[in-house]
Amino acid sequence: MLQFISDPWPWYVAGPLIGLMVPLLLLVLNKSFGVSGSLKHMCAMCSVSSLSYFKYNWKKEAWNLLYIFGIFLGAVLVAEYLPSDRLVGISDATVNKLSDMGISNFTGLMPEEIFSFNHISNPATLISVILGGFFVGFGTRYAGGCTSGHAIMGLSQFSLGSLVAVIGFFIGGLFTSWLVLPSILSLI
Amino acid sequence: MKHLYSILLGILFGGILVKAEVLSWFRIQEMFWFQSFHMYGIIGSAIAVAALSLWLLKRYGAKSINGELINPTPKPFNKKGNLFGGIIFGFGWALTGACPGPLYALVGSGYGIIILSILSAMFGVVVYGRFQDRLPH
Repeated sequence: MLQFISDPWPWYVAGPLIGLMVPLLLLVLNKSFGVSGSLKHMCAMCSVSSLSYFKYNWKKEAWNLLYIFGIFLGAVLVAEYLPSDRLVGISDATVNKLSDMGISNFTGLMPEEIFSFNHISNPATLISVILGGFFVGFGTRYAGGCTSGHAIMGLSQFSLGSLVAVIGFFIGGLFTSWLVLPSILSLI
Repeated sequence: MKHLYSILLGILFGGILVKAEVLSWFRIQEMFWFQSFHMYGIIGSAIAVAALSLWLLKRYGAKSINGELINPTPKPFNKKGNLFGGIIFGFGWALTGACPGPLYALVGSGYGIIILSILSAMFGVVVYGRFQDRLPH
């Protein structure tokens, strides 16, 4: 049984469980599922800026900050008590494509060649980690949500704005993965 | 008590993100390259279960445990903001291989370097806040 839980979960187990976060958050906290607002609340909490954009009572959103602390903690607990000794189960086609682009280490959740402090001065790392992070923060606030808030919460409410946002997510993601990533990986 | 529930629900979500490999950069590239059904199956079935749950909650006038009627307000519709912001987030999703939830779970999984992505994302929020008035929404 423990082995079954430790192994990576198939989509038809994980997807419905993620979907259940929506009614759980509503029933327990009466809050809408979403994660990216936390980035703004952290800015407000730390008073990083005097802009009126950050002048609101962030303590009212404390649940969201505790929720993301829980996300962090959940990952720590899995790593400690339910680790998997298997590689991430990506398709052979993806392994081959990435190998052709120079990725050789498939042991972690992310390629060691990019996402490691050992390679912090590498342009590929700076672009992926720093520029990528900037786009995540700027884009989610501009769009008003991320994969949780728009793709799952928004689409399950049949929100038109969320549909437009999700189409945007894929325009940006497809463009980057197909046309930009090969150049980035050539910098490794 | 509410605070404890918030953390517990976060732990549940974080654990699922790891066990479903949703937080893996490899999985995100595989998704954008259309080389597996995994991520589409997860997002699609999550939406289906969420939509069915919302319908049931509404159908039975469900209340939260503190007695409030459950009636989540939809996000505002900003045609240009949703699209342009969405595209910019898409760049970030493919570059970091993570959306916001997975960023926190990656730090918990031992990827300390992702703290820099989170700080950079916070900087992105500040820049958005600074130029919000001048951007088309």
